[in-house]
Amino acid sequence: MKETEGPGNLFATLLPQAGASLLAIFLAMTVGGVLIAIAGVNPYEAYSAMLQGAFGSQFAIANFLTRTTPLIFTGLAVAFAFRCNLLNIGAEGQLYMGGLAAVLVGVYVTGLSALFHIALAIAAASLAGAAWGGLAGLLKTTRGINEIISTIMLNFIAIFFVSFLIQGPIAEPPGFFHQTALIEETARLPKLMPRSDLSVAIFLAVFLAVALSFVLWRTPFGMKLRSVGLAPETARFSGISTNKYLFGAMAISGGAAGLAGGSEILGHQYRMLDFFSPGYGFDGIAVAFLGRSDPIGVVFAAMLFAALRVGANQMQRETGLPSSLVLVIQGLVVLFILAAELRRWLRERAVSKGKEA
Amino acid sequence: MIEMEKITKVFPGGVVANREVDFKIASGQVHALLGENGSGKTTLMNILYGMHRATSGTISRSSQTLTIGSPSDAISHGIGMVHQHFMLVPTLTVAENVVLGTSAGPNRLCPFLNLREAEERIASLSREYRLDVDPRAEVWQLPVGAQQRVEIVKALYRDADVLILDEPTAVLTPQEANDLIDVLSNLASRGKSIVFISHKLNEVISLADEITVLRNGDMIGMVRKKDTDAKDLARMMVGRSIEPPELPNRSPGEPMLTVKSLCVEDDRKLEAVKDVSFTLRAGEILGVAGVDGNGQKELVEAIAGVRRAVSGSVETKHQGVSNREYARRIGHVTEDRLKTSVVLDFSLWENFGIKTCDTSPHASWLGMNIGSLKAATEAAISEFRIKSRGPDEKISSLSGGNQQKLVLARELGLKPDILLAAQPTRGLDVGAAEYVHQRLIEERQNGMAILLVSTELEEILAISDRVIVLYEGKIMGALAARKATREVLGLMMAGERLEEMERSPGERN
Ligand SMILES: Nc1ncnc2c1ncn2[C@@H]1O[C@H](COP(=O)(O)OP(=O)(O)OP(=O)(O)O)[C@@H](O)[C@H]1O
Ligand SMILES: [Mg+2]
Repeated sequence: MKETEGPGNLFATLLPQAGASLLAIFLAMTVGGVLIAIAGVNPYEAYSAMLQGAFGSQFAIANFLTRTTPLIFTGLAVAFAFRCNLLNIGAEGQLYMGGLAAVLVGVYVTGLSALFHIALAIAAASLAGAAWGGLAGLLKTTRGINEIISTIMLNFIAIFFVSFLIQGPIAEPPGFFHQTALIEETARLPKLMPRSDLSVAIFLAVFLAVALSFVLWRTPFGMKLRSVGLAPETARFSGISTNKYLFGAMAISGGAAGLAGGSEILGHQYRMLDFFSPGYGFDGIAVAFLGRSDPIGVVFAAMLFAALRVGANQMQRETGLPSSLVLVIQGLVVLFILAAELRRWLRERAVSKGKEA
Repeated sequence: MIEMEKITKVFPGGVVANREVDFKIASGQVHALLGENGSGKTTLMNILYGMHRATSGTISRSSQTLTIGSPSDAISHGIGMVHQHFMLVPTLTVAENVVLGTSAGPNRLCPFLNLREAEERIASLSREYRLDVDPRAEVWQLPVGAQQRVEIVKALYRDADVLILDEPTAVLTPQEANDLIDVLSNLASRGKSIVFISHKLNEVISLADEITVLRNGDMIGMVRKKDTDAKDLARMMVGRSIEPPELPNRSPGEPMLTVKSLCVEDDRKLEAVKDVSFTLRAGEILGVAGVDGNGQKELVEAIAGVRRAVSGSVETKHQGVSNREYARRIGHVTEDRLKTSVVLDFSLWENFGIKTCDTSPHASWLGMNIGSLKAATEAAISEFRIKSRGPDEKISSLSGGNQQKLVLARELGLKPDILLAAQPTRGLDVGAAEYVHQRLIEERQNGMAILLVSTELEEILAISDRVIVLYEGKIMGALAARKATREVLGLMMAGERLEEMERSPGERN
């Protein structure tokens, strides 16, 4: 959360940070191993089943990458907002709005070439997410409403609004099932591997990470946004309109989350089902955390979480351990990072307090 | 008696902040610690207080080695520290603040707070050491000087017999500083040991028994007060003697800043600036004198465009530009450096570029030109002799004075035609302060219009062309600095109008 020295020193600054994240992962896996052993399974076997499940075959890898994609988007969403000192708990809702926009464009807009149709659907998904995120930003800057509260509320509104639409207004005729019609062929993202769910969306996700990293570290916009996050009064005294950046950060954050929903729909789900996200928006919070709110770090953190999730099924099949065990491991990772973060925070606070003269 | 022997501190990154420094504190004495910005004073005292760990060296008390790994260790050894930024909870009372973090119950096992008893003890400490602290007052209502005494009470309440104060007078008005010095010498005469860090040599001379001078992490020497004077100390500190600045003749140019009937409110919505009018011309330094808290901050912020005026007007050549552009055209050295001038988590170059990162030559459609920002920062570092490891270092690891120099370098680097300088030399060593005064005079020669706000009359009298005095938000009068005397200014600062004094000169003294 704190490295500030720009990409010139990316490695110098990221490495110690990454070190803490890696340590947290290691500790979480160790504790997880102990839990597995207590459950009467050889931890080595359990973990190797997990690895098999995530990387054991081409299909496993495709599956793993498919799973990684939405986590990158939502992780980026949370991380970017956090750079402006905003806690966006609403990635899930923004994801739903993005998915909704994508499905509307995919189903109801017809007669476009694939290129335009896809571009339009993606743009719609990110704009819808941005609007939903921006709404929370607007509530904050104009009414002073804490973004944590408003994004939680907006989650409920988005999720149930979408659910309502799927059950009636936009349900696939004749309306037996709670789902929309399939999107047009022209709106579907190209597959990277036949008969798998993996689409080019993964490239879009990685590209967005690189782009946001560039914005944060190499543009005046990013630098001003970070200054608003770190020292709002100094930013204001430097002529920076803090409200503009708070709103902008929330909108961009929402846009990234909207792409998570859009890429799910356009990449492999092709239609919208009720509750079509298993909580990617909330996982994004942990991903951003593990990735130290650094866009590139987020990509790696998303990979870890995806591998755990994908590997869990194989582990369950082979060892009989419940796949929810990986949720425990995920929780432990976050907990260990929090502990390290807390220690560092306390230390830095002590030092900077002593430094003021 | 506490003894620090051969203390060496190497920070990660290789900065040697202290090199084999010996430091002794005898009981009942005031030991002053002097040295240039970045010479290692704060670091040395942070080691004694357990905030930093020395790389090598020992700390002992009556030849018994102490291990001090944290502030609570230090406190348990009777060492207390008063930081420049107070660690008080504004909404709590004095007593509540004092007992925070102690076991205020009858014993450690009793979870209940016994405030009554604490209040009595605070009252008696206050009486004994003449601290004038009301245990039931709420902290936010107290002036800065009183808050500082609460910090002292906090240390005494924890049975400190060694009290470290890091630049305690930097935030005080001259009157408050004098009071503090009385309090401290009283504490010393009752057997407490005091470590006193300050850049103000006259304070050091009037208070200290012994003086240790650091330069660049090395201990240069230890002298007794009776064997030295301010000139000597300055020479020991910076290696040369310090000359008072000279203001060359210059007739002011066109008006650059016109303030008309300005009224401004403070954060509590009370009127802080009342019907203030003045004109600042090119090539002129206008000193704004006054006891801190008489509207200076609000006045400057209103001119800088970061605080809305209730009525009246501020006229410059820069009306109608965006806030951002306005901030670039008007240099502003703010009063509260940490809160409003720097981003502690940013590197030096990011702090340097915070106003200019989006204009040429530092930006293009491709993004920021980090190279040119770093080069500009590099130039500022050598121009202002900022002690640092380079543009990539985080500003939070610079010493206080060096942070201030970076802010000055940034604002002067804007080449503004108006500079608002609030306490520009706060926290600077005498050498750096001399340099800044010279720079301000130089900029004045080149036509900059400078508003100099300072609570130090010496500074105002030394480099201003004209002086206005603020009292309770109103201007008590304006006069040429050459004709101003400390006495007249003092009376104006206490609320007497210049005109009235001139009308009845006989009553003045
Ligand atoms: N946390 C840190 N990390 C790295 N270097 C540091 C850190 N704290 C201080 N330094 C360096 O140690 C040196 C001494 O700093 P210190 O704050 O002790 O100076 P000082 O004498 O108190 O100066 P000033 O008069 O400006 O307050 C400086 O060069 C500073 O940059
Ligand atoms: Mg210091």
